[in-house]
Amino acid sequence: MADPAQISTPPAVELRKIDKSFYGVLANADVDFSLSRGEVHALLGENGAGKSTLCSVIAGLYRPDSGEMLMDGEVVDLKSPKDALAAGIGMVYQHFRLVSNLTVAENLALGNPEVGLRLSQSELEAEARELGERYDFPVDPTARIWQLSVGQQQRVEILKLLYRNVRILILDEPTAVLTPQEGQALFRAMRSLADEGRSLIFVSHKLHEVKQVSDRVTVLREGRVVGEVATADAEPRDLARMMVGKDLELPTREPNAAIGEPVLVVKDLVVADDRGLDAVDGLSLTVSAGEVVGIAGVSGNGQRELAQGIVGLMKVSGGSVELSGKDVTSTSVLRKIKRGIAYVPQNRLGMGLAPGLDTEDNLALKQFREPPYSNGPMLNQKAFKTKGAELIKGFDIRGVRPGLPIRLLSGGNLQKALIAREVTQDHCVLIARSPTRGLDVGATAVVREQILAERDRGIAVLLISEDLDELLALSDRLVVIYEGKIVGEMPASEATAERLGLLMSGHSEEQPA
Amino acid sequence: MNESVLMLTLMAGIGLGTPLVFGTVGEILTERSGILNLGVQGMMIFGAVMGFWATFVTGNLWLGVLASLVAGAAMSLIHAFNSVTLRVSQIVSGLALTIFGTGVAVYIGKAGSDPLIGQPSKAVFEPILPEALSDIPIIGPLIFGHDAIIYLSWAMVAAASYYLFRTRPGLTLRAVGEDPASAEAAGINVSRVRYVHVMVGGALAGLGGAYFSLALVPSWQDNPIGQAGWISIALVILASWRPWRALWVAYIFGIAGRLNFTFQTLEINVPATLLNMLPFLLAIIAMIVLTSGKRARFLGAPAALGIPYFREER
Repeated sequence: MADPAQISTPPAVELRKIDKSFYGVLANADVDFSLSRGEVHALLGENGAGKSTLCSVIAGLYRPDSGEMLMDGEVVDLKSPKDALAAGIGMVYQHFRLVSNLTVAENLALGNPEVGLRLSQSELEAEARELGERYDFPVDPTARIWQLSVGQQQRVEILKLLYRNVRILILDEPTAVLTPQEGQALFRAMRSLADEGRSLIFVSHKLHEVKQVSDRVTVLREGRVVGEVATADAEPRDLARMMVGKDLELPTREPNAAIGEPVLVVKDLVVADDRGLDAVDGLSLTVSAGEVVGIAGVSGNGQRELAQGIVGLMKVSGGSVELSGKDVTSTSVLRKIKRGIAYVPQNRLGMGLAPGLDTEDNLALKQFREPPYSNGPMLNQKAFKTKGAELIKGFDIRGVRPGLPIRLLSGGNLQKALIAREVTQDHCVLIARSPTRGLDVGATAVVREQILAERDRGIAVLLISEDLDELLALSDRLVVIYEGKIVGEMPASEATAERLGLLMSGHSEEQPA
Repeated sequence: MNESVLMLTLMAGIGLGTPLVFGTVGEILTERSGILNLGVQGMMIFGAVMGFWATFVTGNLWLGVLASLVAGAAMSLIHAFNSVTLRVSQIVSGLALTIFGTGVAVYIGKAGSDPLIGQPSKAVFEPILPEALSDIPIIGPLIFGHDAIIYLSWAMVAAASYYLFRTRPGLTLRAVGEDPASAEAAGINVSRVRYVHVMVGGALAGLGGAYFSLALVPSWQDNPIGQAGWISIALVILASWRPWRALWVAYIFGIAGRLNFTFQTLEINVPATLLNMLPFLLAIIAMIVLTSGKRARFLGAPAALGIPYFREER
């Protein structure tokens, strides 16, 4: 890696004193960064540390407010992703930039100046197939993107860049959506691309991944570079300290109190997705009082439909949902709320909260029909204020100003507000989807405490998440779903990342790994 | 046989359908870029008056056509600026365009010492092929009995369909309408694609309007186009954003618009007002049937239709 010849050659990409802010919030401040040829360079940092912004600057999507960028020693001014692609820089975004209604081949051809004016589907498909084979990334070029799994879509993203022959690949949290096994395959591919002389930027907040795949690490915190080290010399502990700014506290978990009676009983549930396919396909599940049941699975295996089917937001086409012995399969959402279902959806703004209303209104959103919030048809504004203030203080929701739309709060505070509302209504079941997704360490800890507190109060908690760390930290029992069916179940104490990963990728328990 | 009521109805239906073909295919191209332009009615009327005026002044039909294309495109530029650059509500901007276009056309028709209103056109589009060909039973008139604009509309439909599905710029257009962020990441200039296709859509709508004032009712009245602009917008959905289907549904609506006359000839006693309502009723029913339930997903509406795109949105 550290070839003496390379010392004299300028880095493939160099950033000098990059600043970038959004609406007055500094996302990158005074960032220096350099990427050598043939290396995998990890960008490590918490959520909100400015990793994605920095990548978007390099990829030409955002223009820095100040600072300069050099490629091979020459100053470049990238005005758009198009400029960046022409210069040989391509990025795989966290949210894939694939047009889901187009085929794989069409996505590869999109925006590529080397494709002629006339499109020949068969030629495109042959090229796509050949490219996939060359990099050991087999995908069906005639498939439409929405038909592919997330892991396959990611391959298409990478192929798309290789098709454009980029020299610098930026991968923004590529493993977040993958099973551990798919992650390993990705790492092998990354190494072979680096060995070809390409440079890769690998964004992650997972230390073991960074340690495994990268040559060098740059650590970002609050938009600034706090350190750059060769991976081989870096202790995970030191990296963690740089990343968080203090020593990392591992989540401690009290063993749960006695598990009570079954509260939520789901039998043979069938829920169709938007395309009319059975996304939840005959799933049975029981959650008892004082128990956290974690649903593990790669996203898109029926998690959304399971949650929304139970809550009543999606139509159940088969099976039943019972709450404390009463059938609630097809009762309205409002009745289910009254019967005691609390729900923390994945989409905080939009489904969880009304973005344009202020925090107090949002906190009352599920109970405003009843006293003290309302008195017959009239709202009692005073109760909104006093109850709101109580919750804002009790749950430490910060940044609230009267009349300020809640969408302007940070992700952590949004989630605190959402959880405050859900857990203070009368309920016996809490359904939470990826409750700590996108939150920083502090907010994550608060949310996790809240969920464990719920469990200790005797609430039945159904935790649906794609984050294994979260599931392992909170669940008493783990259930793995794959293609809408349960493929494995185990007490949390017996779960390992490897065992879960195999189940999540569709291997049943009986098969040898 | 070529003079039968059925043939006359079909021929008139093709004529009445032709402005709808231009309006609908234009709006298809616009909507495929993700921009909803509800100003078709305004662009059509403006195209109608400018086309009429240019021909009135010069006596040349093709200068009228050119003027209507330019007029429609110029008016749609307002909408492109509003919705692509300023990112205002496309619905509000489109409706404003319709009101504006209608008002301007009426004004131009009445302005000056020798206003256009009530004047017959100086030239009219007529069938261009030798009459002998039109004497062939049935297919004669249906294929050979038309004016140049109708042949132009067929060529335009074929070109638009080929462009959309068989060329790289067409792929780019579809991608921009489905997912502008992905298109941008692939190095496509989303704003430019949207500007261009809004303006192409506007130009085609303008030409559709001129077909009324230079062929169907070759004189100037306050509103020669009826509600053709609005029907075009509805037809986009019926055509599920595909040019060839637009041609067929436009002709069906053209024929529906002619039934009033046909029924009179056949002395079938249906109130004229009821028949005048027919195209609109047909549009409403077809829209309900086509967009209800699961079918809507397979219809092919561009996923980003009507949504302003802002690159640095976080």
